[in-house]
Amino acid sequence: MDSIQIPPVDLRLLTPLLIVVSWASLLLLIDVFVIPEGRKKLTGYLAIAGLAVAGLAGIPLWNVSGSTFAGMLVLDRYSLSLTWIFLIAGALSIAIALDYLPRHAIEQGEYYPLIMVAVAGMILMAQGTDLIVLFLGIEVLSITLYILTGFAYPRLTSEEAAMKYLVLGAFAAGFFVYGIALIFGATGTTSLAGIAAYLGRQPFAPQAETLFLAGASLVLIGFSFKVALVPFHMWTPDVYEGSPTPVAAFMSVGTKGAALAALLRFVAFAIEDARPFWLPVLATLAVATMVIGNLGALGQSNVKRMLAYSSIGHAGYILLAIMVAVEGGAEAFLFYMLAYTLTNLGAFGVLIALEQRGEAAWSIDDFGGLYQRRPLLAVAMALFMFSLAGVPPTAGFMAKFFVFTTAYGGGLGWLALVGVLTSAIAAYYYLRVVVKMFMQEPARELRPELSQGLNLEIVIAGVATLILGLLPAPFVLLVERSLSALGGG
Amino acid sequence: MESFPILSLVLWLPTLGALALLAVPRDNAELARRIALMVAVLTLLASLALPLGYAPAAAASDGSLALQFVERVPWLPMLGASYSLGIDGVSLWLVMLTTFLLPIVILSTWDSVHKEVRNFQILMLLLATAMIGVFVAMDLLLFYIFWEFTLIPMTLLIGIWGGSNRVFAARKFFLYTFSGSVLMLLAIIGLYVLNREALAAAQPGYPGTLDISAIAANLRSGVFRLDPAMERLLFGAFFLAFAIKVPLWPFHTWLPDAHVEAPTAGSVILAGVLLKLGSYGMIRFNLTLFPEAARWAAPAIAVLAVIGIIYGAIVAFAQTDMKKLVAYSSVSHMGFIVLGIFALNRAGVSGAILQSINHGLSTGALFLIVGVLYERRHTRELAAYGGIWKVMPVYGGITLLVALSSAGLPGLNGFVGEYTIMQGAFLAPELGWPFLGFAVFGVVLAAVYLLRLYQTVFMGELDNPENQGLQDLNRRELVTLAALCVPIVALGLYPAFALGPMQASVADVVNGLANTVAGRIDLLP
Repeated sequence: MDSIQIPPVDLRLLTPLLIVVSWASLLLLIDVFVIPEGRKKLTGYLAIAGLAVAGLAGIPLWNVSGSTFAGMLVLDRYSLSLTWIFLIAGALSIAIALDYLPRHAIEQGEYYPLIMVAVAGMILMAQGTDLIVLFLGIEVLSITLYILTGFAYPRLTSEEAAMKYLVLGAFAAGFFVYGIALIFGATGTTSLAGIAAYLGRQPFAPQAETLFLAGASLVLIGFSFKVALVPFHMWTPDVYEGSPTPVAAFMSVGTKGAALAALLRFVAFAIEDARPFWLPVLATLAVATMVIGNLGALGQSNVKRMLAYSSIGHAGYILLAIMVAVEGGAEAFLFYMLAYTLTNLGAFGVLIALEQRGEAAWSIDDFGGLYQRRPLLAVAMALFMFSLAGVPPTAGFMAKFFVFTTAYGGGLGWLALVGVLTSAIAAYYYLRVVVKMFMQEPARELRPELSQGLNLEIVIAGVATLILGLLPAPFVLLVERSLSALGGG
Repeated sequence: MESFPILSLVLWLPTLGALALLAVPRDNAELARRIALMVAVLTLLASLALPLGYAPAAAASDGSLALQFVERVPWLPMLGASYSLGIDGVSLWLVMLTTFLLPIVILSTWDSVHKEVRNFQILMLLLATAMIGVFVAMDLLLFYIFWEFTLIPMTLLIGIWGGSNRVFAARKFFLYTFSGSVLMLLAIIGLYVLNREALAAAQPGYPGTLDISAIAANLRSGVFRLDPAMERLLFGAFFLAFAIKVPLWPFHTWLPDAHVEAPTAGSVILAGVLLKLGSYGMIRFNLTLFPEAARWAAPAIAVLAVIGIIYGAIVAFAQTDMKKLVAYSSVSHMGFIVLGIFALNRAGVSGAILQSINHGLSTGALFLIVGVLYERRHTRELAAYGGIWKVMPVYGGITLLVALSSAGLPGLNGFVGEYTIMQGAFLAPELGWPFLGFAVFGVVLAAVYLLRLYQTVFMGELDNPENQGLQDLNRRELVTLAALCVPIVALGLYPAFALGPMQASVADVVNGLANTVAGRIDLLP
């Protein structure tokens, strides 16, 4: 090597990411210097506008694909579809926070730019094709979330959640970095393509790859913490319960989704050839996650914790799609992500509508008789519950159908069997909420408050849940063959 | 086919009505009832075009189903799923049963539903679309969507408008049937993937299909073969879902709870149509797609069916609650239907279809009859009544006719169905006379419990003073019950009217079963 080569940089491929990052940085300043105290909602609107602009900027990139920064970042339809899903998740999470924050007297303008930074981290994870970039994305996302989980200062549970998340998150980051180091030691590279090339040079022989497999295992553990796969899920219910509800909503779809997206790329692109190694590992994790996640949700009388466990269970279903990513699972994965994001954010939106100042209304009894007082809110919540349970004609059903079909087609029929059986278990606890709302009397007087932002969010999520369930074809076509350019090559 | 999409019209009219009802103020009960009734009558009128335009036709030579009024629009091309509708002789009368019962049920709500009337009608109309959809969907995914969607409105109907223990009953109904169907979903996926793999071997790039008729054709022509173990697994997964819905003993425990707690209109639709989704599914999927597994399992299933016939009848006899009595009688009668289906011959299968219609009519009428007394006295205990004929003669007369039809009196519809089924069971080489013997015993028991019901309620002295002032049927009740009596008598006197159009399709199903056996014998040296 005689001189340092500066790799060519094509910033066009990163347009949405750059817009989000720079808009967030600017917004932080605007929030401090321009927007007066008490009108912080403006910051929120500006943040939503920024996410929308980033989304629009992505449209011309649909037919573009390529990699930049020496193959560390890539733009393909897979990452672009995910970028849009993450932008939607970010925008909806801001919409449900607009009134939540002032009602709970924790309104700080920083909330909105922080969500944007987190979204930037997520996009980075979707576009990253190098372990270092993936790590960078995870950290950008995580550090922002450490702040956001503790946002309800001085509420003690919020502080506790932030602390727990920080300690376990740092722990997971340690695993991840050590894994990267070992993989680098074995292969001499951190790029996903390089790892794939290393594995592809000869038939996979596990006994000769101890160092590499140790590294890959540690990376998988790091991912498992972030996704909250069983048995690395213990933090989830406590952190979700303690965090401000909009943050919990964002985490349940955002962190999970971004980590799963990166996991898919790592599994399908970098270590695909080591299938004999990772298939049993991921299969075990998937079974444990589906079973424990859904069984855990059964015992919850707190709807927020129930949704936390249910999000664990859903990660198990998504894992099925990841395992067969190269056999069409990537489309199923993207559809599931979209359906789950909209449905879950909708359900959290209803939860927020029920929350009163200074007290939680998360008990299942607080849903009693909701149909009598707010029929439309109850209908929306029922729709979200049926969608999460996978009852047609909702997005959740179609998503499950796609995932199970690709899993079965990819030779994982027995995992699909576990999937449908755990869905039957899940129906029990989702149905309980519906039964409470429609068939039982209210336990205490609650006055659900529906502000404009929240209203809009619930309507968008509800309509999208129905449309994706009835006419999924356009959305599936949109992401079809998105994996063809996976990794950017 | 570029003809008028009559099936879509019948299918979606109720949903359009439900959407229109959203515009009605929540507390305007009368208007909501009228609009719902109008929509139901329009649906019935539209559906009349089906039997009028239906031309019995032999099966196509390639083994696909002889469907009529076919509509096919691509829906999920990447999976080979389409919005595909069609009916044949198996589903024709079941669709008619649904559209016929719908206005009757809605008419009955004037007397039996008093709260949240508008939302009740909305759910009832949505349920009607879902049920018709199950019968006319000719795409596996579409079928499954309608099948599962029936659960949501029915659960809410039981849970919101039901009796004192409604929450328990609604939850049990939902969880029982939902758990039963998730395995069917996996079987649908399995069938799709296996069919795709089998055909992709010959035609690379084959996207797969979820079209029921196409899969049946592939199976019959032998391009797509299932190995016996897999065929039995798929058969079992479908069968479990249908057996719970029917319900076949020992999967019946949700039924009495659901029936007793459901409002009258809910019970009528539950017994009248929802149970038939199960028997329809058995014919359409278990017999048509998995003929060899059907032969393999037929004796065992017939045993369960016979147990159900006897058990349901004995338990019905022991009831003191009229609605429970009718509910258990359903278990017994549905046992007959399953027995007919798994006789696997023409007599058995056509008898089962006919009896599905008959049971819908007579049991629906019985639930309405129980509802009439319940609305007046708010009790369903047999002991509270006696000598009712003296104050309600018209009501007593109609009840007698319906009870005798349910008990299988010659000249009324129940006899024709049961006789045909028993003939089928007797002729089936796997079943034969022991099954016939139990079935006949079941008929005797049916007469016993139904006549006991009739005797306790209508005969004897009018000794309970609270019953002295009972009013006879009002005009609306008379219309609903009389409307049900027309087909009860008509089908009893001239069953060929219904049996005729179904013969070609039944023969098709039965030939499919026979060919498999013949094919197996041919393979032997």
